[in-house]
Amino acid sequence: MTNSIPEVEDADCIFLIGSNTSEAHPLIAHRIFRAVGKGAKLIVVDPRKIQMTMVADIHVRINYGTDVAFLNAIMHEIIKNNWHNPEFIKERTEGFEALEETVKKYSPEMASSICGVPPDVIHEVARLYATSKTSNIMYTLGITEHSHGVDNVKSLANLAMLTGHIGKPSSGVNPMRGQNNVQGACDMGALPNVYPGYQVVTNEDIRAKFEKAWGVSLSPNIGKMIPDMMDGLIDGTVKGMYIFGENSVETDPNIHHVRHALESAELLVVQDIFLTQTAKFAHVVLPGAAWGEVEGTYSNTERKVQRIRKAVEPPGEAMPNWTILMEIGKRLGVKMHYETAEQVFNEMTSLTPSFAGITYERIDKTDIQWPCPSLDHPGTKYLHQEKFTRGLGLFHAIEYRPSEELPDDEFPVILTTGRRYAHYHSRTMTGRCAALDREFPRPMAQIHFKDAERLGLADGDSMKVTSRRGEVITPVRVGDVVPEGSIFMDFHFEDANPNWLLGTSLDPVSKTPDYKVCAVRIERQED
Amino acid sequence: MDYKFVKTTCPFCGCGCQMLLEVLDGRLIGTLPFKGAQMNQGKLCIKGWNAHGFVQSPDRLTKPLIRKNGKLQEASWEETFDTVASRISDIKTRYGANSMSFLSSARCSNEENYLLQKLCRAGVGTNNVDHCARL
Ligand code: SF4
Repeated sequence: MTNSIPEVEDADCIFLIGSNTSEAHPLIAHRIFRAVGKGAKLIVVDPRKIQMTMVADIHVRINYGTDVAFLNAIMHEIIKNNWHNPEFIKERTEGFEALEETVKKYSPEMASSICGVPPDVIHEVARLYATSKTSNIMYTLGITEHSHGVDNVKSLANLAMLTGHIGKPSSGVNPMRGQNNVQGACDMGALPNVYPGYQVVTNEDIRAKFEKAWGVSLSPNIGKMIPDMMDGLIDGTVKGMYIFGENSVETDPNIHHVRHALESAELLVVQDIFLTQTAKFAHVVLPGAAWGEVEGTYSNTERKVQRIRKAVEPPGEAMPNWTILMEIGKRLGVKMHYETAEQVFNEMTSLTPSFAGITYERIDKTDIQWPCPSLDHPGTKYLHQEKFTRGLGLFHAIEYRPSEELPDDEFPVILTTGRRYAHYHSRTMTGRCAALDREFPRPMAQIHFKDAERLGLADGDSMKVTSRRGEVITPVRVGDVVPEGSIFMDFHFEDANPNWLLGTSLDPVSKTPDYKVCAVRIERQED
Repeated sequence: MDYKFVKTTCPFCGCGCQMLLEVLDGRLIGTLPFKGAQMNQGKLCIKGWNAHGFVQSPDRLTKPLIRKNGKLQEASWEETFDTVASRISDIKTRYGANSMSFLSSARCSNEENYLLQKLCRAGVGTNNVDHCARL
């Protein structure tokens, strides 16, 4: 996030897009409710009537996967009505002319025919967002998990730069990270192109610094992203895979494909706390200690580095993950000698300028958000205050591209997926928390009552969902949360997991799969 | 009776709520919201209130396992560490460093993620490391 969570409360306008906040980020939703209580205008852009829409000033019920057309039209209106911020554009950005040229085509009427949002609503959203004193864009996977996810993100950045609603309190572009430490995993360089702190592997000086510290020579080539690793296992360019704390078999799209990939591995090592569906494919399984049994840190979605602490002993011979990694590293000849997690942390900060001022001792006493370059630096509450990371902010002129798999005669219904408030991913953890299991014991596909009536489905009945990849059977919840012609499925339950159905269409840049738009056929399933 | 609180961060979503783990005689028995935290200001959601539940599940893995004759069988840590290291080296020698790949975890700590990417980069010599942020 460019901003901090408490700042959400003080925004004049909140532009929430592709985020089911009250279920996925309950304590951020709480801040949004408070902001509304203080008079903020809330715009919720989502095809579904999620809970957030109940407190929204405007619910934009956009067609699935048409965000770029909608956002371009908003920018069209902003420029037409002179609501943009020429001063900010001149001083802080470049590439405005190309953007202006592109969005010219996207009149509200033209965009409306794609995204299904009435022109007067587009106009009103543009006015509210642009003319409010502070406007905060907040989004999650409803924006990124598309075959054009990067286009969506860039369009939101365009919108913020066009109006200058970035680089100040309560104004920015804020992706909320779904997992406890997605932010941290990125920050720590668990990515094929960067070392910790986003230091690129292709930069010679940076590489030399890490080579010196680690005492080895390092690869100058960018590595493979997950989808390429999986494909590599199948085509034989990848032979071995080490999976750490990840249940790929249940959480990646197109389960048949993932299973085939893991079966093809010559060596599969899985390090986890349970014998997950993924671990069952492994040649070696390493039992790690869990949260509550180890010391360490997580970075939350606002870049705040916070401690986790050991409260109890791990069961049996389970061992802290950092010890396991160290023991294997040592045997592979790497310099790794640590007695505590803190020593690992300190080695990391010594190599990572944006973390250089963070210590266990400091975060014990006070909240610190990176970048924090020195011990006397207080940390950074919001980013891009004076300038953007690359200097000038770059506008990207982006054309709307339809989602890759749209409904047709054979598969006429749109399937979209997401999470539910009581669960987490494949439920390996939340399914084992008694109260959470009671709260939400079964999968439930949301279906519009008219579609349900057509198929003769009552609430709780079973429905068969078929795509080009496979089929699953799931109980239904009838209502009007989803628009007609679409269904929503959560991905928490093994049997009714929509990942059996999803394809492998990817964003061409980020290689993020499309979890949000998939064509399916639905029918009643007799018990 | 030994009853204590241990301050920690919720293991579920990216909000990063602060909580106290309730520990009785070496067992986790509950969670409480940490009142002094600016993030959650004394609140937790339903997941946070129940976060301790999975840790002591009887299904936890308690011993390393190595596949022998097609079946996963219990092994000692020594044997397991040696097996993993020698099989990774073997793949590296036969097919090159880029034929190994590593999947890290958005569930695990900064320290663990740092070490995994170090293991991959310094121990094997490839940048084939990624995690599920893009999924
Ligand atoms: S308590 Fe709920 S909102 Fe807070 S971090 Fe945990 S899962 Fe997220």
